[in-house]
Amino acid sequence: MTPLDKVEGRAIPFGLKNVDTDVIIPAHWLKTTTREGMGRGAFESLRADPDNLFDSADFKGAPILIAGDNFGCGSSREHAAWALGDLGIRVVIAPSYSDIFSGNAVKNGILPVVLPQAAIDRLMEVATTDPVFVDLEHQTVTTQYQDRFSFEIDPFRKMCLLEGLDEISLTEKSDAAIGAYEKQLDADRPWMRPAA
Amino acid sequence: MTRPRTLYEKIWDAHVVEQRPDATCLIFIDRHLVHEVTSPQAFAGLRASGRTVRRPDLTIAVPDHNVPTTPRLDAAGNKLPIADPESAAQLAALEKNAPEFGIRYIDATAPEQGIVHVVGPEQGFSLPGTTIVCGDSHTACHGGIGALAFGIGTSEVEHVLATQTLLLQPSKTMEVRVEGEVGPGVSAKDIILHITGVIGAAGGTGHVIEYTGSAIRALSVEGRLTVSNMAIEGGARAGLIAPDETTFAYLKGRPYAPKGADWDAAVAYWKSLATDPGATYDKSVVIDAADIAPSVTWGTSPEDVVPITGVVPAPESFADPSKQAAAAKSLAYMGLEPGTRMQDVPVENIFIGSCTNSRIEDLRAAAAVIKGRHKADNVKWAIVVPGSGLVKAQAEAEGLDRIFTDAGLEWREPGCSACLAMNPDKVPAGERCASTSNRNFVGRQGPGARTHLVSPAMAAAAAVTGKLTDVRELMA
Repeated sequence: MTPLDKVEGRAIPFGLKNVDTDVIIPAHWLKTTTREGMGRGAFESLRADPDNLFDSADFKGAPILIAGDNFGCGSSREHAAWALGDLGIRVVIAPSYSDIFSGNAVKNGILPVVLPQAAIDRLMEVATTDPVFVDLEHQTVTTQYQDRFSFEIDPFRKMCLLEGLDEISLTEKSDAAIGAYEKQLDADRPWMRPAA
Repeated sequence: MTRPRTLYEKIWDAHVVEQRPDATCLIFIDRHLVHEVTSPQAFAGLRASGRTVRRPDLTIAVPDHNVPTTPRLDAAGNKLPIADPESAAQLAALEKNAPEFGIRYIDATAPEQGIVHVVGPEQGFSLPGTTIVCGDSHTACHGGIGALAFGIGTSEVEHVLATQTLLLQPSKTMEVRVEGEVGPGVSAKDIILHITGVIGAAGGTGHVIEYTGSAIRALSVEGRLTVSNMAIEGGARAGLIAPDETTFAYLKGRPYAPKGADWDAAVAYWKSLATDPGATYDKSVVIDAADIAPSVTWGTSPEDVVPITGVVPAPESFADPSKQAAAAKSLAYMGLEPGTRMQDVPVENIFIGSCTNSRIEDLRAAAAVIKGRHKADNVKWAIVVPGSGLVKAQAEAEGLDRIFTDAGLEWREPGCSACLAMNPDKVPAGERCASTSNRNFVGRQGPGARTHLVSPAMAAAAAVTGKLTDVRELMA
């Protein structure tokens, strides 16, 4: 996973709320056995409109996406994160996310920044003409004007993003603890193993 | 004296392998369900890193999303090829990956094949008090039997395959209490649609919802699975319903459920899981069951719910400006005018199925409405898709298949079908579908398709009249 610290550039002033993962990547794009090339299907129904934001001269390849409440709701498909990543998006800024999407985003090196609606409204305004600056280390979103918005992020997620960590390798260091748990479980609740 | 705990906290505490300094926990996963769409990249990852599956005995693989619901065997019993090459490739990958990694595999042609969330409880593989994951957000379904069950992404599928654990942060807790008795014609689906309308599509974000109250206790296990299935439509990654005698009676004797003395020990443990008196939730919502009518969605978010007796709302009737904008977009997509009576909306397609509503009780409810009647002429496509081969066999033993086919509905093979537009069962652009599935998202049932979420009985009523219909009027 590519580490992420500072991201600056154009931010797509998308702004819609309850954007579901079927909108981010429709199901027919999931019929693949690889992770690559999902960007072509990203926001397919919206991009059918030739005047859509995503393909406009200003925002094509923009590294930041600004969205409304409950971004990434619905399906657990990680393809949504792969599609955003393939479009070139490294940061999403929204008031809230679905729990599954935000986890999937982090695992793919995409930072889900949570900011209140008032900050989103301001960034939407700035983003139409000017770039946005995101600093994960210092947990800030700034603009070339006086805007400076601080955001919270879980320290574990922050570390994973900053270092580009592979969670499986990290968990494998806990192999002995997992083994001990399994042994205890077999002793305490042997019926937990599937009977057949 | 320990602190009173909720059902969620008890299950969570029993699964902590390690707690990290930042509150992230390594959580043990008791059951892993794998299907063809979200697993190929995970298996490829294992292969690339030379890893194996830590606990193949805790994992079941079954294809459901892509399988066509037309017959899978020819007259001689040979497997029929799958026409779509991409679907065929995903199914072939699962068929190869499962045995290669030592995982139990239920083939598309096996009698017990079905939708993962129907198969898990039906096989007794899903049990109360367990942690269950699957690369599918409707894994929330298994909360209906009291399991902490949630959907995961493909990276997490790989993580669970490799380590049988997940790195998670504890969720907040939310109680949705439904008290009282529901009226006639009101099903578990109407209860969860109503709840989703009340709390909103993000109402449960960051939370695990425990459904409590007399109206929930009165539900069968099938009904509870329907309710918990759609916890995710209210933003909650998982739903929970405390296991009780109804749950135990449902699970007893199922293939993977504990047997003999193990069964007694299991039941004793399960009984200890109920939320303690005095335990508190981070958030609570109380709903009067008497307020719940047969319900239907009008828009493109599952929170867009009205009673069937209601009308299409005007965007300006919402206080939140962003909801106003979303509602206007939804209505344009749905081709609906504010003020239109829901009962005046014609439907050309009927889908009875999905992990929300494809169990035997759902099929019985739909059949009871449609028995002796026929689908309306304007209904072009009406399919009934049982959730598993075992549900299908049971329905056929009860003669339900004949009731549907006599009424002009098609009786199909088990799978996810028209819920998600990944297999040949799709709703044409611009057409409406009264659907028992869980999502009315833009394009969910096919590009341009317009979905109205309803209960099985309501879908059957719509099939009969050719428009969205108050099932109570057909229940005389």
